[in-house]
Amino acid sequence: MKAKIRKIAVNVEEIHSEIGRLVNPPTRKAVAVAVIENPFAGQYHDDLSELMEIGATLGGLLGAKCVAALGIPPEQAESYGKAAMVGENGELEHAAAILHPKLGAPLREAVEKGAALVPSSKKMGSPGQVLDVPLGHKDAAYVRSHFDSIEVRLNDSPRANEIMVAVAVTDSGRPLPRVGGLTTQDAIGKDGLR
Amino acid sequence: MPDLNIRKIVSSCEEIFHEGGPVADTPLQRGSVLAILENPFAGRYEPHIQGFMEDLKPLGLEMAQQLLDMLGGPDRIEGYGKGSLIGQAGELEHGALWHAPGGYAMRQLLGKPNAIVPSCKKVGGVGARLDVPITHINASYVRSHFDSMEVGCNDAPRAAELAFALVMTTGARIHSRSGGLETSDITGKDGLR
Repeated sequence: MKAKIRKIAVNVEEIHSEIGRLVNPPTRKAVAVAVIENPFAGQYHDDLSELMEIGATLGGLLGAKCVAALGIPPEQAESYGKAAMVGENGELEHAAAILHPKLGAPLREAVEKGAALVPSSKKMGSPGQVLDVPLGHKDAAYVRSHFDSIEVRLNDSPRANEIMVAVAVTDSGRPLPRVGGLTTQDAIGKDGLR
Repeated sequence: MPDLNIRKIVSSCEEIFHEGGPVADTPLQRGSVLAILENPFAGRYEPHIQGFMEDLKPLGLEMAQQLLDMLGGPDRIEGYGKGSLIGQAGELEHGALWHAPGGYAMRQLLGKPNAIVPSCKKVGGVGARLDVPITHINASYVRSHFDSMEVGCNDAPRAAELAFALVMTTGARIHSRSGGLETSDITGKDGLR
């Protein structure tokens, strides 16, 4: 089943300075979001496999859009995250079906590797509502400098029968990390945690 | 860029395939670039502010070029707009300094289109959103190209910051059918029709 996409938006944030200190090179985060028709809007379905397939398509598509928007080779991606917001005629489980079973594998291909769990969030919402996409290091979830999030918001989405699906990818951590913990230099990146 | 303290640049590109009607052969694209920088006049009344417009010129050109790169070059651009958000320690007049450097940068890179660049400005807090108006680049009355694009980000503008936006589109609203002046009827001399 092909996703019926109404709209795709890609945002990139570059932070050049923070609290008066230069950030050099700038930290950069991208988020790509697709607004799709919810095939199950207004009805209860036991079998959500159609949404799982849509998740697989969007994981690859949106991951690649983020990498392209950052202008980096895939292996230079450092952290990632995913999130979905379901319009009011859907149910939270629709977001789960898109995000969890099949979205991750094609996303990991788009960013090369990705041993760590892809952090996620989901909610029901209305047009213009904010969706916060959590971010974590793609190979070692405990890397503390890369715990972050990026906000995405579209004034016209999600309509009642739609779902907003977001994937975020960065080439860096927070702008001025200094709260210790596991660093990228010490991360091994085999078990997805450290 | 001398004298500019840029904290952050946020770019956004939307591709619109349909809005409930037939899927368009070519999706409409809307792009925006928002630069968040220190307001050199924050917290005081400064009578002479026009020198800052000169400082902003290179930033305008850089942002306009980024939009062209994002949307596929000057030949694809049909609509444009600009806007300013001013953090609460500034005044509306500081936002007006973006008119010349923002507008002329886009017109320079687009080969001097005729129509005025529509704009808006407001003072706002962190997370404020700005609806940037969009009109056709050669004839302001072209009805199919009246549009807008929302810009903003969650952590700006801080009190002593300015956020300047440039916006471009590649065509008409996706299901444009409200009549009025069409692109095929543009004379394109006076910038209006």
